[in-house]
Amino acid sequence: MTNSITAIPNPEGGVLQAESLTFSHDGGAPVFADVSFSVRPQETLALLGASGCGKSTLLRLLAGLEKPLQGSVKFLGEPLVQPHPRSALVFQQASLLPWLNVADNVSFGLDFRHQPRINTQERKTRVQNALQAVGMAGHEKSSPAQLSGGMAQRVALARALAREPQLLFADEPFSALDPITRGEMQSLMVDVVHRWHTAALLVTHDIDEAILVADRILLMGGAPAKIIAEWTVDLPHPRTVYPHAIQELRQEILEAFRGCNPLGNHQVHQRKLSPAVTAIQPSHFYI
Amino acid sequence: MKHSLLHKLLAPCAGLLFAVFLWWLGTLWLTRSMPIASNLSPLRAFPELFALLGSSLIWEHTLTSLQRVLAGLGFALLVGVPAGILTGISIGFAQTTGTLFQFLRMISPLSWMPIAVMVLGVGDAPVYFLLAFAAVWPILLNTAAGVGQLDENWLLLSRSLSATPWERLRRVILPAIAPHILTGVRLAIGVIWIVLVPAEMLGVSAGLGYFILDTRDRLAYHELMATILLIGFLGFLLDQLARYLHKRWFQR
Ligand SMILES: Nc1ncnc2c1ncn2[C@@H]1O[C@H](COP(=O)(O)OP(=O)(O)OP(=O)(O)O)[C@@H](O)[C@H]1O
Ligand SMILES: [Mg+2]
Repeated sequence: MTNSITAIPNPEGGVLQAESLTFSHDGGAPVFADVSFSVRPQETLALLGASGCGKSTLLRLLAGLEKPLQGSVKFLGEPLVQPHPRSALVFQQASLLPWLNVADNVSFGLDFRHQPRINTQERKTRVQNALQAVGMAGHEKSSPAQLSGGMAQRVALARALAREPQLLFADEPFSALDPITRGEMQSLMVDVVHRWHTAALLVTHDIDEAILVADRILLMGGAPAKIIAEWTVDLPHPRTVYPHAIQELRQEILEAFRGCNPLGNHQVHQRKLSPAVTAIQPSHFYI
Repeated sequence: MKHSLLHKLLAPCAGLLFAVFLWWLGTLWLTRSMPIASNLSPLRAFPELFALLGSSLIWEHTLTSLQRVLAGLGFALLVGVPAGILTGISIGFAQTTGTLFQFLRMISPLSWMPIAVMVLGVGDAPVYFLLAFAAVWPILLNTAAGVGQLDENWLLLSRSLSATPWERLRRVILPAIAPHILTGVRLAIGVIWIVLVPAEMLGVSAGLGYFILDTRDRLAYHELMATILLIGFLGFLLDQLARYLHKRWFQR
């Protein structure tokens, strides 16, 4: 133990740590203030909040695309100075590059200078695995223009997976899709996040999506925004078989959300939703 | 389908034939007061055009002109694309140059001719300058518009990959704005072709513009008319080619 001097890349603190982050656009009123939380390894964390409360801004900050006014972000224990090569982004729109075919879209950027060097074979394998995982194997040569919205979003997810991320940032990735496709994509997300052993930060304003996908839910609200509540969702997947539990938690989140007024002064709720309880008494939750 | 195809071919031909008829009537009328005008008649111009095409002389002039088109376009691209990208990326650059560009754009390139010859000397250089000066605006403006329409997420993506400025330019911006640049090129070719003939009328001894003046000096009005036909025809072909390439690009 004593002779171990190399830093362990996966400290107790988690994949990502946000430490009292404050941010404002061009010196205006702060969008959010004093936001602290951490993302644990392989955990899916949902960031829930009303439109315009600063979720996307927070995500960009955590991804290293924007600098905080105050506070700091740590990725794998190290202060984040630029986007980390082991993080990946998925947007609301697939935003595939139309001049590249599907396979080239998935491998896009893997050969950039500040990315870890991998050889051509490894790159091919990654593209294949990622496309396989999202159910798009066989579409390698297709052009993005030929894909439906859901298929394009699958390719966008594959593009993120091909980077073998330790943290996947997703900003309302399914909100532009029709309800049926959205449902499919939500279970796909759960599936690939587990298979890739990656943590995920899912920004959404869909309460049910947060409940169905996330291990933990953070509720953002107020002006400037803060984390006003937190839930641990400990139900096995697929969660669609627990309609009562989902209904209850949705209600609770909505109430917490209404209780939050713009003047602040909230207490952080800490609730845990555990499977044993829901299995026996679907209408009760332990704190 | 067949009916409309027939229309598509027949209607333009009818229009052309009617114009030739008016042209013939016009020269007939002109010849009454000016006998030399009989040389301008289509009855002389068309046979002369075929005779010209049979000689190597006109091909040399044509080739010279087409080379100048390419060179002018090349210079316009070299200046227009980087300036357009800068305009699209940097609000400061756009604000600083916006009015200036609008001002310069509205000056007929040919007004610069005497100064171009004075500064660049007699020869090809001032012609290249004038052509490039005329062609740079459609390229610049379309490039800037292309950069303005870039998907914000593509730039975010390249930033999340810590792309170097060069990687961002070559892997994202340039491929994304290529269709816009091509639109600019198509418009630029039209402009260049129009400016080419007058630009070649000063200080050079080859090219279609030069040849026009040459036929005038030799009082070879039937050749002059034939050359005008050739200029129109080549311009038409160039534009069709540019349109075709443009369409091909968008249908990939
Ligand atoms: N570039 C910018 N300059 C100034 N203000 C901005 C900018 N981008 C966003 N804002 C403001 O910051 C606030 C937070 O925006 P943000 O996009 O982070 O919210 P959001 O929670 O993601 O909303 P949505 O659910 O609609 O995506 C909003 O009030 C928005 O108007
Ligand atoms: Mg947003």
